[in-house]
Amino acid sequence: MILNGNSPSGPLAQMWDRRRQELKLVNPANKRKYKIIVVGLGLAGASAAATLGELGYQVEAFCFQDSPRRGHSIAAQGGINAAKNYPSDGDSIFRLFHDTIKGGDFRARESNVYRLATLSNLIIDQCVAQGVPFARDYAGYLDNRSFGGAQVSRTFYARGQTGQQLLLGAYGALSRQIHAGTVRLFPRSEMLDLVVVNGQARGIIVRDLVTGMVNSFAADAVCLCTGGYTNVFNLSTNAMGSNVTATFRAYMKGAYFANPCYTQIHPTCIPVTGEHQSKLTLMSESLRNDGRVWVPKTGGDKRAPRDIPEGERDYFLERKYPSFGNLAPRDIASRAAKEVCDEGRGVGPGGRGVYLDFADSIARLGKEKIAERYGNLFEMYQKITAENAYDRPMRIYPAPHYAMGGLWVDYNLQSSIPGLFVLGEANFSDHGANRLGASALMQGLADGYFIISHTIADHLARTEPGKVRPEHEEFKRAEEGVNSRTKKLLSIKGGKTASDFHRQLGSIMWEHVGMARTRESLGIALGRIPELRAEFWENVAIPGSGAQLNQELEKAGRVADFLEFAELMALDALQREESCGGHFRVEHQMPDGEARRDDENFCYVAAWQFRGRDGSPELHKEPLIFENIPLATRSYK
Amino acid sequence: MDLILYIWRQNGPEDMGRLEQHRALHISPDMSFLEMLDQVNEALIKEGREPVAFDHDCREGICGMCSQVINGIPHGPQKKTTVCQLHMRNFKDGDTIYIEPWKARAFPVIRDLIVDRSSLDRIVQSGGYVSVHTGGVPDANAILIPKEDADSAMDASECIGCGACVAACPNGSAMLFTAAKVSHLAALPQGRVEAARRVCAMTEAMLREGFGNCSNHYACEAACPKGIKVKFIAKLNREYIKAQFNTGRNT
Ligand SMILES: Cc1cc2nc3c(=O)[nH]c(=O)nc-3n(C[C@H](O)[C@H](O)[C@H](O)COP(=O)(O)OP(=O)(O)OC[C@H]3O[C@@H](n4cnc5c(N)ncnc54)[C@H](O)[C@@H]3O)c2cc1C
Ligand code: SF4
Ligand code: FES
Repeated sequence: MILNGNSPSGPLAQMWDRRRQELKLVNPANKRKYKIIVVGLGLAGASAAATLGELGYQVEAFCFQDSPRRGHSIAAQGGINAAKNYPSDGDSIFRLFHDTIKGGDFRARESNVYRLATLSNLIIDQCVAQGVPFARDYAGYLDNRSFGGAQVSRTFYARGQTGQQLLLGAYGALSRQIHAGTVRLFPRSEMLDLVVVNGQARGIIVRDLVTGMVNSFAADAVCLCTGGYTNVFNLSTNAMGSNVTATFRAYMKGAYFANPCYTQIHPTCIPVTGEHQSKLTLMSESLRNDGRVWVPKTGGDKRAPRDIPEGERDYFLERKYPSFGNLAPRDIASRAAKEVCDEGRGVGPGGRGVYLDFADSIARLGKEKIAERYGNLFEMYQKITAENAYDRPMRIYPAPHYAMGGLWVDYNLQSSIPGLFVLGEANFSDHGANRLGASALMQGLADGYFIISHTIADHLARTEPGKVRPEHEEFKRAEEGVNSRTKKLLSIKGGKTASDFHRQLGSIMWEHVGMARTRESLGIALGRIPELRAEFWENVAIPGSGAQLNQELEKAGRVADFLEFAELMALDALQREESCGGHFRVEHQMPDGEARRDDENFCYVAAWQFRGRDGSPELHKEPLIFENIPLATRSYK
Repeated sequence: MDLILYIWRQNGPEDMGRLEQHRALHISPDMSFLEMLDQVNEALIKEGREPVAFDHDCREGICGMCSQVINGIPHGPQKKTTVCQLHMRNFKDGDTIYIEPWKARAFPVIRDLIVDRSSLDRIVQSGGYVSVHTGGVPDANAILIPKEDADSAMDASECIGCGACVAACPNGSAMLFTAAKVSHLAALPQGRVEAARRVCAMTEAMLREGFGNCSNHYACEAACPKGIKVKFIAKLNREYIKAQFNTGRNT
């Protein structure tokens, strides 16, 4: 089937205005009759729940942490983009739009990205009004820095804790609505299924993680804001609890999953130290503003970094991409790092690392300035590695970081199931095949503060409020499904932990569906994943019961979903016979090793429809049309 | 290295709870404290025993979810470090380590090392925000903010809401947490408008939730993984007194 993204017609710059004009409204007195469920309270979910509550809807908001202030968005370090052009260095809405389309390697929808660039400015205004303490200069104006894939300084930041400060802003707005009684909060709650009645999303099934009770919640619309799925690689920069469960369950209920193979490997993370590793720590990309990336020119050079003279160092990003240098986009920087390590020039234990060196910046700006910009990152680096990055270069290596893929949504953020909206990293919308730094926070907040309130009204205006009750048989059936799965998991009493399986899955995915993929490697993954899944369902060990707080049960449920989702990801990577952005197929590269896109055959969004456990999923395509930025080979040279 | 652990086990809020002895064997100094516990837990699971429940998520020292008292110190021996960022190189082979949950009246234990900190959320819900609507706000550069004020707001706003300050305080007071939020918003023009109302509402909420009073022990600052300074408590007190004088306006 050919999918339609439902973009407005007419000139790009007027699309969002035009769409808002077309959308139906719900009158103020009627709003409180409608109930909206928001699952996930990171930036996307907290901003959405707060805004919808403020408008007068009844909102029920869920997250698995003990408090909405802990959503994974809190970990974002570097910053958030906006086209304010405060530094007057040539930025504009069009340029932000252009950079995002190009950065995404021409695999995103123009209409969405243009809207995102437009809304970016409102986000900064909103956050400042909430009291987000962005960095300022001595005259009291907001300060900016630059990020990968851009030649202008458009990134707003709050020390190295931008995500934290933005989330605390959204959490404040949410707290205000909880106080006002428009939002009911359900922390320590995990959504385990979506309920669809007569083709419309009507509610969710939730396990209370403290009591183990499984309950039904009905509503007139459901918003999924449950974040990304990069933990399918086991080791990633995401929080331990980040998962694919909510979106995968929705997929099994009919929501299309778009571009699952687009995953971002971030170039600057602390390298793995051993088997015990539970997660990988990101060192913000903003460090590449002042740090220079290099490795020794010759392999096996065991000298301490400071003893290697200038002439014997290879600043490979500056060499290969002179105009962007150390700020080359993530996919490009990651592959370049892997390449030099594959050549045997990597540094540190195991040779899986490259240097990120601040010596020049410290000499130029002074240690104090560097500490002011990145102090907390240097501290974190020292805690983990016991090395002082002021004195010796950091060691970094690429790690799985972000999911560009996600549930398919149209321009209104509505999935293929009416009444199911998907926001933030959980949807596939705006980043194409590669996300630029500081754009995820922007997207999550644009979705939550400024888009969903308009588009959801259009759906609600066509829906009779409160029509479906939690007593409906679809809810009963879904609850039974959840309960019997829990019972099954607990009854296996096997010999391996959920983490054992997660590690094994992670190594299959990193090895065969990671930074470089081949037809052969994907075939291997597609063979091994079902085997591992089968073993999981026979041999996983979960102590305790379902009627209590049981973290192993939670983990096992998430790993079980990853074990299914992984296959979809490999399948998608296999059908995409081209290289683009974060998806690099070794068969499709230029003579110089750069990605070779195939616009003739693959300029589309791949949206997968679940066809039952035994059938294979069906591929639908949404053609991508570039009318404002001509399709061009991406070059950062 | 090999370690002897005494870990607090408690089945639920009603259970008495007790310390249970465990062994952690072949621990690498590069492991984080939580990775060490992961390893202990995996061994327990393989023996068919229930693993130790503990809160954690980001493992980067920013979400504020992890919460353990290690050898009597909230978040353990390393200064300005959350448990998830504490690495085993801070311990020696043969060490005995006591691991307990946050203990405070306002934080009932849910299970093992997990406590209920929703009381902190309720303090914020009582007024720890700027009451701004979505949209219709001025341009971000319309109101200039002196860098010192923005920096001071940021210093306070670094609080991760972990509750270690409460766990460290002999009175189980949440003054440092509350002061951080009050000071963050009071330092900015956007937050000043409601400053008086905010400080009163949050202080009342704090008392309502069963947190104790501050009697200047400064144990909170010592335990705080983000280095939130007790000077913010003085700021809170000043704001509070100012608000009392101002009753009738903004309250
Ligand atoms: C270390 C790190 C640094 C980053 N730095 C930057 C940066 O500088 N700039 C930038 O733009 N982007 C950055 N990103 C990316 C960005 O932080 C994320 O993409 C973004 O915050 C995602 O927000 P979200 O609201 O979509 O989801 P999240 O913040 O991941 O929130 C997910 C929410 O869903 C809930 N949830 C999930 N599953 C369930 C379920 N089944 N039931 C109930 N609740 C559920 C969780 O409890 C949580 O509340 C960074 C990411 C990482 C990992
Ligand atoms: S003040 Fe410090 S110890 Fe207290 S909650 Fe905040 S970060 Fe934790
Ligand atoms: S797990 Fe997030 S702060 Fe420790």
